[in-house]
Amino acid sequence: MSKKKTTKSSKNTNLERRDLIKGLATVPVAGVFLVNLWRKMKRDATKKANLLSDLVQEKSAPNVVRSLSNSRHLNIGIIGYGGRGGHLVRGAGFATKGWTDTVYKNAQKNKLDKQFDTFMSQEDLNCSLIGVCDLFDNNAELGINASQNEIRPGGMPKNTATRYRTHEELLANDNIDAVIIATPDHWHAQITIDAAKAGKHVYCEKGMTRTFDEAIKVYDAVKETGITFQLGHQNRQVEANEKARQIYEQGLLGPVNLVELTTNRNSPWGAWYWGIHPDGNNKTIDWERFQQPSPNKLPWGNGKEALERFFRWRCWFDYGTGLSGDLLSHDFDTINQIMDIGIPKYVTSSGGIYHYTKKNYPDIIGYDRDVPDVWNATFEYPERDLTLLYSASLSSSNPRGNRIMGHDATMQMGGQSGGGSIHGFVVTADELSTQYKDRLDSGIINPNYPIYTYSPGSKQIDGVTSATSRYFAQKGLLYTYREGKRVDPTHLHVKDWLDSIREGSQPRCNIDVGFHEAVACAMATESYLKGRRIEWDPVNRKLI
Amino acid sequence: MASLHSSIKENDFQFYGLVVLRVLIGWHFLYEGVSKLINPYWSSAAYLLDSKWIFSGLAKTIVSNPTLLTISDNVNMWGLTLVGASLLLGLFSKYGSLAGMTFVCLYYLFAPPLLGLEYGRPGEGSYLIVNKNLIEACALWVLYCFPTSQIIGLDRFFKDSK
Repeated sequence: MSKKKTTKSSKNTNLERRDLIKGLATVPVAGVFLVNLWRKMKRDATKKANLLSDLVQEKSAPNVVRSLSNSRHLNIGIIGYGGRGGHLVRGAGFATKGWTDTVYKNAQKNKLDKQFDTFMSQEDLNCSLIGVCDLFDNNAELGINASQNEIRPGGMPKNTATRYRTHEELLANDNIDAVIIATPDHWHAQITIDAAKAGKHVYCEKGMTRTFDEAIKVYDAVKETGITFQLGHQNRQVEANEKARQIYEQGLLGPVNLVELTTNRNSPWGAWYWGIHPDGNNKTIDWERFQQPSPNKLPWGNGKEALERFFRWRCWFDYGTGLSGDLLSHDFDTINQIMDIGIPKYVTSSGGIYHYTKKNYPDIIGYDRDVPDVWNATFEYPERDLTLLYSASLSSSNPRGNRIMGHDATMQMGGQSGGGSIHGFVVTADELSTQYKDRLDSGIINPNYPIYTYSPGSKQIDGVTSATSRYFAQKGLLYTYREGKRVDPTHLHVKDWLDSIREGSQPRCNIDVGFHEAVACAMATESYLKGRRIEWDPVNRKLI
Repeated sequence: MASLHSSIKENDFQFYGLVVLRVLIGWHFLYEGVSKLINPYWSSAAYLLDSKWIFSGLAKTIVSNPTLLTISDNVNMWGLTLVGASLLLGLFSKYGSLAGMTFVCLYYLFAPPLLGLEYGRPGEGSYLIVNKNLIEACALWVLYCFPTSQIIGLDRFFKDSK
């Protein structure tokens, strides 16, 4: 009996053991998984530590938004309420009803369109738009409309704007503390100097001036009067550029002897063939006033050429400097922000009008431009052992991006990498680097893959659609990120200026760095126009 | 469908083939889930944004709403991890197979390799109508029909003792 019992119980134990083994049979596989996961994580962490911790002194994202009390109310005026002027005034918190309605509708139609949200979540900068000056009646009316629109961060505006026919009349208003200048470039210098003399603080759109002589005059006027001057390079607010500067300063790229900057656009709009407003005529436009500071004057005549020149002024050297002041200036300032390159010793440039001609575009172009549409410039910094190359095409949108090429690593900003378009930047080690030789030899660093990637807002999706928007977005000029939230850098740049006025401090793109941009761009323009190399004489402040 | 056909139970070759299939798919799901959990920058947004066909509208709605996107990210990260663990360990594997099937079917439907649909992301293979998601979904269907976890797997401890 007892023997029988024992056999039965051992049978049961065997069964239970078999049950247990079969039930837990795949648990060791889970163990293998966890061991391998742990090994992979450890390997990745070691790799990351080897790449980053001793290389990049990780700092939290730069906090460039000052938490300053904006208790002092400021009255501002806008001189030149065109496309860019409208954007700048929106940066200060004032948009036209038409604009807010359109972007609200766009957001309803396309949920990825965040323009309305981004505008409404801007900080209220505690200012009023009380003066508008524009030589085209419609633009001036839009400016007035923007000052009245209550759909804005901060709600109902405290004051509304008055229209002024000339900037002198606007500057004569004692209640105006500061002015935003977003006229065509040929007016920048005169208005800035007049504003400075009238004691108004100035936010001036880029390029700072049309000519070298104007740059000297503006610099002196700002320095003499002590006004707060901000040049409109909103890239100064872009987080990625601050991070890039940290990396450059730490010497992670090694000695840098070459920087390549590019512009790549491929549309008539991108080549400044903007729409001619149907209401534009010699009654609604003050044509004589418009061309007052330009070297060549053109009678209104039948108005056709005058209208093209008025609405597409970037196409002529009489009013601007084409690629130099519009697009090179941004990229130059970005590199100056990252590398403190200052004014070059020598500049040469060349190019031509190879694509946008009346012949190629008879439906769009009535009068041929005189600024080039393909243009290359070389900036030499012998004291820095550095060459900066700028190459622009307005007839190919191949996104080449910008590159800071060091002996040890290259930083690619914007453009394309193997993985697609880059909004921040990637740093890739050079396979023949000296600094990284040991890491390259041991396989910790693979020159085919980035050693550092900065892609702010990678979890945020934006509905950036037009080619020009994408161009600016890639360069970080359309939006940047603060604590993961999308912010318009133009708003931050206007805020930086207003904060500096209240604090009596220097904004990020002050007259000193603005002067670098103005002289470098003027040298490049001069070189193209004169067909020879231009040299900067810093002692006598002259171009040779 | 509740239990395996006795012929498969008796044929080790067929039976263990199914167990191996279950464990391998479990491993795949588990690592897909865990790798997303440990990557702070992962988001389902890129995949959703490239969505084509019948669910592209829904995908856009999810991406444009931060709350929905967070939910989508979490459902994916944790869902894949739990399905993976379930199949690998043989715990509630029938539900795991069903849930896994749902996931891969959705991945298929959000971005099917149909004629005329072009995707921004480079694919890792060449597909025409049938892709690996569809095949994995069918494999999970097979696993659902032949639940091996009641014999090999933790489900063995939960089955009715007769």
